[in-house]
Amino acid sequence: MELELKDLYDGYRNPEVIKAYQKIINEDAKKLGKTINIMEVCGGHTHTIMKYGIPQLLPDNINFIHGPGCPVCIMPKERIDSAYILSLQEDVILVTLGDMIKVPGSKGSLQDARSKGADVRFVYSPMDCLKIAKENPTKKVIFFAIGFETTTPMTCSLLEAVVKQGIENVFFHINHVTVPEVMKELIDSRDEHVDSYNNRIDAFLGPSHVSVISGSKIYEQFPRDYKRPVVVAGFEPVDVMQSISMILKQFVEDRCELEIEYKRLVSYDGNQRAQDMMKKYFDKVMFKWRGLGNIPASGLELKEEYSKYNAKVIYKDVLPMQEIEDHKLCICGDILRGIANPPDCTVFGTACKPTKPIGSCMVSSEGACAAYYKYGNLLK
Amino acid sequence: MKTVTLAHGNGGAENQELISKVFYRAFKNDILNKSEDAAIIQDGSLAFTTDSFTVSPLFFNGADIGKLAVCGTCNDLAMMGAKPKYLTCSVIIEEGFEIKSLEKIVKSMKEELAKNDAIVVSGDTKVVPKGSVDKIFINTTGIGEVTQKGISSNAVSEDDVIIVSRDVGAHGATIFAAREGMDINTDLQSDCASLWPQVKALIDSGIKITALRDATRGGVSAVLNEWANQSDVCIEVQEEKVPVADEVKGICELLGFEAMSLANEGTFVLAVNKEEADKALEVLKAFENSSNASIIAEVSQAYEKRVVLHSSWGTKRFLELPTGELLPRIC
Repeated sequence: MELELKDLYDGYRNPEVIKAYQKIINEDAKKLGKTINIMEVCGGHTHTIMKYGIPQLLPDNINFIHGPGCPVCIMPKERIDSAYILSLQEDVILVTLGDMIKVPGSKGSLQDARSKGADVRFVYSPMDCLKIAKENPTKKVIFFAIGFETTTPMTCSLLEAVVKQGIENVFFHINHVTVPEVMKELIDSRDEHVDSYNNRIDAFLGPSHVSVISGSKIYEQFPRDYKRPVVVAGFEPVDVMQSISMILKQFVEDRCELEIEYKRLVSYDGNQRAQDMMKKYFDKVMFKWRGLGNIPASGLELKEEYSKYNAKVIYKDVLPMQEIEDHKLCICGDILRGIANPPDCTVFGTACKPTKPIGSCMVSSEGACAAYYKYGNLLK
Repeated sequence: MKTVTLAHGNGGAENQELISKVFYRAFKNDILNKSEDAAIIQDGSLAFTTDSFTVSPLFFNGADIGKLAVCGTCNDLAMMGAKPKYLTCSVIIEEGFEIKSLEKIVKSMKEELAKNDAIVVSGDTKVVPKGSVDKIFINTTGIGEVTQKGISSNAVSEDDVIIVSRDVGAHGATIFAAREGMDINTDLQSDCASLWPQVKALIDSGIKITALRDATRGGVSAVLNEWANQSDVCIEVQEEKVPVADEVKGICELLGFEAMSLANEGTFVLAVNKEEADKALEVLKAFENSSNASIIAEVSQAYEKRVVLHSSWGTKRFLELPTGELLPRIC
């Protein structure tokens, strides 16, 4: 069977189905007798929720708390500066994924670096680095890797090809992070500098693409240990409406479980080969998240045996060592922790806009601020 | 705004900022300030416009840079109700460019000129060292004879409805799919086409056109936002009425674009009085290139100077001007 692009969304935007779920949700919400705060962990879900106007369909006692699952938004400034600095090194071609180009660091964005003469390219598949490296044998191609479990296996595939083919001019700056650790942090804050935000999240929408790789098993601990239901949800409006409905049913029926809405691709175990590759090439390390601080074992780093490919090792003399503070007025940190919404920020939509972003949440199309700016003006 | 970035060429918000802060400030005059597709000069009898073309790849499904260069300028004239008459053709060529490719480009230009019944009457050629331009840049400037006066993006009112001439976003999606590094196999073709024949048919049938604009960079969403802004109205779009080809939808899904923000090179947006809407549709549907023309929006005062997009399940949101580096260098 040949899969066409439209098969990816056909049927999942059906107005009759969406309206039917709206009715079920509204009926169940009346039985709750309280407000339910649902955190959609992933920025992709935030985008769907805002773009398709989902809050306009829901009763007042169902709230969304936007989560930290936007790979660009959670990058601390020093990492963005690293990309900027690397791109301006001699004979370097810096390759990364789309939105990274626009995020401002303390020195500027990659877009600015490019207008200063840096060779910055964005790719949809990291494997394109191989072609770039072969076409530019005298240049050093640095892949600035970002993303959650979804994009990590592609970085692994690139590294595998680089090692196998003996390619000498591809290097990596790894900024991969993982979802379960940050979810735990959100309900079980360990960082004494950050207030606990324990009480606001009642349930999670789990990102389904992460589970395509890692399986639904990674969320098992949340209903079991933290009493928070999780529904692994797809990214179309029907998926989101159905998932919200599933969460409400759990509350109405007094259940607390891990359920999968996105059954068309998610299994309990996930993609074993992808998981094996991640274990082969990466160690789990501490990662400093923007707004959330240091979270143990939430980031990935190349194993020591691959150090000769590690741009952080090779360029250690020029990369920033110190932490860089965010803009004073920017509240991206609070937004990423789920304790503030974009309109709460004094610079939202005024000094901070997609054309002139101050904080990273306004830059990435998955960022909560960008989603509010673009789609949020006509919320209820 | 310290340096020019690719985002300044996107046809959206940054592009407008650059134009207004640098060029309009220096050149401002009553004709330029109208900010129409083509300037109306000589007591309203002539339309005058210019456009430069740079596209990668030079040859793509449905067109090439030559066809684009003639269509682009002729369409800007047609959008003012003017019949394209005389064009100039000025090229900047990179050292090492193949004569064969150049001939192919010029042949496309000739064919497209014939469709507009227009001629090139003056030209210029420059050759620059390797690396100074990307293969070839073409500028065309055109003069047309106005056949229906008063078409203006400042005149849209609540008596009008908005029509698009065909499915939207085909050019932008085609260029993106054809770009180096994008491994998408598709039969998708650019919509690149001369629009004068359709405009002439509309005028000949006696329809009074309120506003007319080809939805190039920034797509349909840029046109609607400009009209809402310049005419002080709210344009309310029914999303499901906007025709989008399945393949364009697919590419948008894959890359996170909105079809209404993608560039077109042979698609126009039309505002006509409600009472003439069906007649206009009938005229358009007689052309292969606009057989799926559709009424997509009504005009109201609900939200001043804004475009509202209504979903088929009853939610609504503003449709903003596209921002950012949407599709670098597509025309």
